[in-house]
Amino acid sequence: MIRTVLIYATLILMVIIFFPLLSEIKPLSQLNPLAKRYVEDSTKNLNSPNIVTSIVVTYRGLDTLGEVTVLFLATTGIGFLIKRRKKNGEKGAFQASEILQTGSLFLFPIIILFGTYIFLHGHLTPGGGFQGGVLIASASVLLIMANVNIKLNHTVLHFIESLSGFLYVIIGTIGLFLLGSFLDPKFLPLGKFGSLFSAGAIPIIYSLIGLKVGAELTNIVDSLRAEGMEDEK
Amino acid sequence: MILTTVLGFILIILGIWGMLTQKNLFKMVIGFSILDSGIHLVIVSLGYIKDKTAPIIDSDILANNASSQVVDPIPSALVLTAIVIGLAVTALMLTYIIQLVNTHNFDSKNMKDPLSITSYEELKW
Repeated sequence: MIRTVLIYATLILMVIIFFPLLSEIKPLSQLNPLAKRYVEDSTKNLNSPNIVTSIVVTYRGLDTLGEVTVLFLATTGIGFLIKRRKKNGEKGAFQASEILQTGSLFLFPIIILFGTYIFLHGHLTPGGGFQGGVLIASASVLLIMANVNIKLNHTVLHFIESLSGFLYVIIGTIGLFLLGSFLDPKFLPLGKFGSLFSAGAIPIIYSLIGLKVGAELTNIVDSLRAEGMEDEK
Repeated sequence: MILTTVLGFILIILGIWGMLTQKNLFKMVIGFSILDSGIHLVIVSLGYIKDKTAPIIDSDILANNASSQVVDPIPSALVLTAIVIGLAVTALMLTYIIQLVNTHNFDSKNMKDPLSITSYEELKW
């Protein structure tokens, strides 16, 4: 009884806290100066049409580096909590249907290709490293669903993940040495506005993020799959 | 876009309610996800400007003063990263639940639900 009263008192207090915030929000009529500067600088000096991408990769690049680190820590935590025990050849009970098996073999390369397209065109179209990486991980979910006993090569996954994280920091440091600011992508030619090879190092950095996110999420899915198989026996 | 903001705040309250009242561990994680989505909705709706387009510049937008044509790109960039973090944290919580259920010793006599938060009394005071 006291518990219920306390819970609803908390919720009502939350509403009281949020209400002044909500009532003071005025819809924007124009961009604030910071956003305006980002929009103008991104089109003039960075040659990157997608301004969200230039904020994520360049202006707020250090935040993105920290965020990739958080993702890495979460993956490490999951790997730590789920210990991979040696399985001596026992099979999962679940057997996928013929349609799922054939369909997944057909769709897997196409989904990987689409994910790669999304993170390569991150500076031109709505998309980027995180979205492309999640798509690549979804392709491996499909593969695992079609064949529960499939073994993913963890050495390769860890290698891709570490290498792309390492190169991300290296590219940031190159910007620091050549142009004086960390993660400055302008040390590569800026190219023609709106073409694939433009915007300096932004496509390279976003591709590395895409590979890293894809490898990490594949690892998470695979860890959870291994745990599910422990339960079934 | 005040309606979207209100909806976001309703989702936040709903998520907190779910985390506080539900006994099932998975439902608590679902409550967290709803709270997460509510926060994302509020942040994105704060950057919206009426009758403006997405902050992806093409030749039409570039022709007449880009910065007066697009919505605020900063909230979108923040939410973009927050969604991925939310995904990873949710996966970590689910793993923690799995491990909690697997390592906890339940006597066969007292029929406790291993997924209920009331079955775990070690840290209760």
